Amino acid sequence: MSVARFWRHLPQRYNMVGTKCETCGRHFFPPRTFCPDCRRAGKIVEHKFVGSGTVVTYTVIHTAAEQYSMLTPYVLAIVKLDEGPQITTQIVMDPAKVKIGMKVKSVFRKIATDGESGIIHYGTKFVPVE
Amino acid sequence: MRDVAVIGIGCTKFGEKWESSFRDIFVEAGALALEDAQLSGEKIDAMYVGNMSAGRFIGQEHIGALIADYAGMATRHIPSTRVEAACASGGLAFRQAVIAVASGMEDIVIAAGVEKMTDVGSDESTDTLTGAADREWEGFMGATFPGLYAMIAQDYMHKYHMTREQLAQVAVKNHYNGARNPIAQFQSEITLDTVLKSTMVAEPLRLFDCSPVTDGAAAVIVAPLERAREFTDTPIKVLASAQASDTIALHDRRDISTLDATVAAGQRAFKKAHLSQKDIDMVEVHDCFTIAEICAIEDLGFCKKGEAGKFTADGETALGGKIPVNTSGGLKACGHPVGATGIKQVCEIVQQLRGTAGKRQVDGAKIGMTHNVGGTGATVAVHILGRV
Repeated sequence: MSVARFWRHLPQRYNMVGTKCETCGRHFFPPRTFCPDCRRAGKIVEHKFVGSGTVVTYTVIHTAAEQYSMLTPYVLAIVKLDEGPQITTQIVMDPAKVKIGMKVKSVFRKIATDGESGIIHYGTKFVPVE
Repeated sequence: MRDVAVIGIGCTKFGEKWESSFRDIFVEAGALALEDAQLSGEKIDAMYVGNMSAGRFIGQEHIGALIADYAGMATRHIPSTRVEAACASGGLAFRQAVIAVASGMEDIVIAAGVEKMTDVGSDESTDTLTGAADREWEGFMGATFPGLYAMIAQDYMHKYHMTREQLAQVAVKNHYNGARNPIAQFQSEITLDTVLKSTMVAEPLRLFDCSPVTDGAAAVIVAPLERAREFTDTPIKVLASAQASDTIALHDRRDISTLDATVAAGQRAFKKAHLSQKDIDMVEVHDCFTIAEICAIEDLGFCKKGEAGKFTADGETALGGKIPVNTSGGLKACGHPVGATGIKQVCEIVQQLRGTAGKRQVDGAKIGMTHNVGGTGATVAVHILGRV
């Protein structure tokens, strides 16, 4: 991913800054600038997510894209954040122990490297809540 | 709106076509379709071409013009339009051709689909296909296409307790059909053991749960039904064309293991054709992964939610069953050149309705359906075709 494309979303990727519609109270992560429910009547503001949630579903990736192949096997999951939205993320844990319904919290981690001389991408992954 | 009929079909053999280029394969499919309709190229008024990513697979854009050119139509200056909706590109190209004829804007229209996937390595093709999902918030987090469908499978198995063997039966059945289809990429039957012992890709999906990387092209010719008999003794009427969309990312869906766009497109198609599930003699569904076929037959209403595993294991989707599914071998065994798949599905149903499907013929087939999915269900096209 190019530098500008990645840099543009640093607050979202590093600190889970999403958005919220003040008209209906619905939260968005990844952020949306248009509320699908209120449409033009919606009022979108920034919202920093707490970073805790529950595993909705998961898989353990054994064959990954090139940039992620050094991580295999890794846990990929859809997590329902406490504020409501669902996101796709990695869960840093023993793949044999992942379960639907388990509680997780966000951590700052390296996500991928653009080759040997490209930029290093950081972002949010999740870990189980002890 | 005018009634529309399919008057010609053509499809290349699917597979790893090292000796053939992108141009070679779409010219071959187009020529087969023209020959089938006993039509010369001068009669064609317009073309729609389904193609997901020639830009990534062969570094070529502007596919509409390229295809018209190499099909020998550059000097006739006919309109030629590329249609893109990831793996549903072919289904949408067919729909655009049907709309063009139904509206009265055009008379004889080609709908084609083409994908040349093996000119790049597997890392590049995997990455390209990830573009059918949400690149920023799924792909970047380490999601692969098999990974996303694996999360659908995990959710489904957690809710409905389908067994791993029932899921594998989808692949076994589709390879059985593929072994009876001369254009299929894989021509051999497999056993449950083949699936269950294959390499793990994304739990619970193994290699034999996944459709392959494939080169191939397909083309069909549509015309007003009232003119169809000028070209063929067996016109096949388009009884319904429906399309639906949904969130690009799987994580934003109402229910992870229901493709709401399939439900919507299916219901619209049945309503338009004044038909119900029991009227359909066979259906080609989008089995990019075994779990996708399970979800599809439920979301189209051929069996209740949660029961497709047992329905499949009982043989109800096999040739001779209640509703034969993917008689072509499906994406799993026939192969999945992404942009061509939706058109190939139409070719298969037309062959069934003409009674020319050989060893995989469904007896007395009168009405068939196609179901083509883009991404994890963000676009779905459903068509119903019938004998006249």
